Amino acid sequence: MLTRLTASELAAKLRAREVSAVEVAQAHLEAIRAHDGKIGAFLHVAEEKAMAQAAKADEALAKGEGGPLTGVPIAIKDNMSTLDIPTTAASKILEGYIPPYNATVVEKVEQAGMVMLGKTNLDEFAMGSSTETSAYQFTHNPWNLECSPGGSSGGSAAAVAGDLAPLSLGSDTGGSIRQPAGLCGVVGFKPTYGRVSRYGLIAFGSSLDQIGPFARSVEDAALLSSVISGHDHHDSTSLPHAPISTEGLKDGSLKGKRFGLPKEMFDPSIDAGVLESVHKAIDALKAEGAEFEEISIPEIRLGVTTYYIIAPAEASSNLARFDGVRYGPRHEGVGHVGTAEKTRAMGFGHEVKTRILIGTYTLSAGYYDAYYTRAQQVRSMMTAGFNREFARFDGIVTPTSPSPAFKIGSMNDDPMALKILDYCTIPANMGGFPAISLNCGLTEGLPVGIQIIGPALEDERVFQLAYCFEQVLGASPRPPTA
Amino acid sequence: MSISLDEVRHVARLARLELDDSEVLALQGELNALLGHFADIQAIDVTGIEPQSHAVALHSVWADDFPIEGLAREAVLRNAPLSKAGLFVVPTIIED
Repeated sequence: MLTRLTASELAAKLRAREVSAVEVAQAHLEAIRAHDGKIGAFLHVAEEKAMAQAAKADEALAKGEGGPLTGVPIAIKDNMSTLDIPTTAASKILEGYIPPYNATVVEKVEQAGMVMLGKTNLDEFAMGSSTETSAYQFTHNPWNLECSPGGSSGGSAAAVAGDLAPLSLGSDTGGSIRQPAGLCGVVGFKPTYGRVSRYGLIAFGSSLDQIGPFARSVEDAALLSSVISGHDHHDSTSLPHAPISTEGLKDGSLKGKRFGLPKEMFDPSIDAGVLESVHKAIDALKAEGAEFEEISIPEIRLGVTTYYIIAPAEASSNLARFDGVRYGPRHEGVGHVGTAEKTRAMGFGHEVKTRILIGTYTLSAGYYDAYYTRAQQVRSMMTAGFNREFARFDGIVTPTSPSPAFKIGSMNDDPMALKILDYCTIPANMGGFPAISLNCGLTEGLPVGIQIIGPALEDERVFQLAYCFEQVLGASPRPPTA
Repeated sequence: MSISLDEVRHVARLARLELDDSEVLALQGELNALLGHFADIQAIDVTGIEPQSHAVALHSVWADDFPIEGLAREAVLRNAPLSKAGLFVVPTIIED
């Protein structure tokens, strides 16, 4: 079945001309028609564009041209701008918005000959850990339709897990790629901050946001990373480094590799089933020669607070542009200020309003130093703590999420319970470190993710280690077919 | 630290968000819960620690000065709630 293959397997079939890109695109569009009613991964299916891109890919393939992912379908999180295709960030305030340009990553996947199937659901403006704050729909976890796929890139994770797309793009501000990848049993990677251009990504926390891939194998995630990374003059925070390389991906070995296990991420606040799966994986990796040592980075415990000060502060500034003047719906109020106030009141959902308010508060006169400056100081300490350990270890290994997938709606009563789900993923955003989540088993029938964090700019090392892990832990498990 | 109803209204005004009384009350509760969780970093000694504003050390860069083609006017105006003669029509900002 074409929709159950990895991207590399599909690419091999396409290059061998065993199947055409048009057939591959059709198979995926049919799968979306048949199953997305239950999963809810897509906000918009770009059928026409996909078929046109597939036909173009076939032309290239027929001439023996094209790259390693030519003709392979991809789904894009709906906070990345796509020319002529609606882009909403799952918010009512961008309902009807049609970008006049492509985000750099979208441009790059197009140049690579990939076929864009459509735009995936997310928490509104990527603010959430369950995809429940989307203004449009819930997304359901393909492993158990009553459960959340995690978030905020829940639609992208569910599309890859649910046989709707072999690859997808998400964005990760505090764990929004890795956490849903963990909960859906797929591979999710957040590159070093600055290796992938943010141009055309609707900004949430500008010092934290980074775009990255979802895939069914480490190799696929590495291939897609190599396509989307590299310097971009449109993004002043883009690093002047070469794209992420896949050379040597399979040449690593676990023998003598040393990993730190921060005790703060292995404590009883983590779900027992998750801990059991991760410990079992560690034992299997030890048997292959990897060495593990317990370490302590005390600032990890302050990560959630630090994040929930810094990210909303940045968001409150970034979201100021949504005022009903240049795009989106406009609700007339008294004067210019009144119109902005009414438009924003009608356009933003509750979670977004809460974060704008907390961000505005911590940045306001009298509170700036007590909250924002202090959070930035703790961020410094946390980054230094990780860098200290990176001098001694090849990588830091943790569970990806403190809990497996949970029932949709079950966290509504305690907003903090949802926020704590980012506990293990936040530090990599704070320090800009590359980090990957891959599957390490199941607990009560639901996937468990294991995370590898590496030092900044060592994206290739993280992929090489993850590839070694995958050889030991096995390929991403697939949910039972519908 | 906790936030009063008047402070919620003040911050909402700064953030250009119209809130009704029930929303102000609900948000006061949620913001205070968050601020309660934020107490953990108040106890940390941060003396002499340089605040980190970005993920990686970034320096201002000078871009080469080369012309690039901008977006077409109709493409940009396509999303405008209201436009006229190739311009955005915006609400009056300065009233007399």
